[in-house]
Amino acid sequence: MAMEQRVEEVERGVVVRLGGEVDLEQAPRVRDLLLRKVSQHPMVLVDLSAVDYLDSSGLASLVEALQAARKRRSAFGLADLSPASRRVIELGRLDRVFSIYASVEEGLDGSA
Amino acid sequence: MTRSLERRFDACPEELKQIREAVREATRGSGLDEETTGDVVLAVDEACQNIIRHAYGGCEGGEIELVLRVEDGSVVVELRDFASAVDPECVKGERDLEEVRPGGLGTHFMRTLMDEVEFVECSDRGNLLRMRKRLADRA
Repeated sequence: MAMEQRVEEVERGVVVRLGGEVDLEQAPRVRDLLLRKVSQHPMVLVDLSAVDYLDSSGLASLVEALQAARKRRSAFGLADLSPASRRVIELGRLDRVFSIYASVEEGLDGSA
Repeated sequence: MTRSLERRFDACPEELKQIREAVREATRGSGLDEETTGDVVLAVDEACQNIIRHAYGGCEGGEIELVLRVEDGSVVVELRDFASAVDPECVKGERDLEEVRPGGLGTHFMRTLMDEVEFVECSDRGNLLRMRKRLADRA
């Protein structure tokens, strides 16, 4: 499998750690996981530090999760962007749309 | 020096990893730095996604022919599908990116990452998309 994911419960919600290649093959699973977590928790922080590759379909999954979180008025953020994920988020000009944190710790503080 | 790659892939999401690896391998030693190579790989991936999702409409059994060559200071990528003719205007559109919505980003990526993106053939025999990245500059 080209993608790894881990979910860690924290005090106010969950940290979802994505890794590997988030492409058209993997994006549906990422989308389902994130939408499920957004529906279950008031705060979802996505750690992108281990993402080696992200494409528009992976980015669209993150956007969908953000939109779902906004609808529920819950918190959704991205943390510790790998160079590959930062490149694609900036290409999509979505770096001002997402709440982006330098680290997971900072994201947990920021989402309080 | 002219380096080239010519290979057919099944038009399905499971093949994209191999397509990316083939592009990476074919551009090795061409003078592209690592970041620019990553940009070309992403542009090809996005173009293949468009073929899989739109030209073939997600149907199985289609093929993508990938040709890559380094010539005249450029990396030239040609992607041929054997689906019905697509609207060549669909790679020209500008999108309002302030509007957050999933989908539609792939074409924007291709146009931003590559110096030239154009359909050189759209007919009942299929479509041929050509993309060019000049070796000297970055997106």
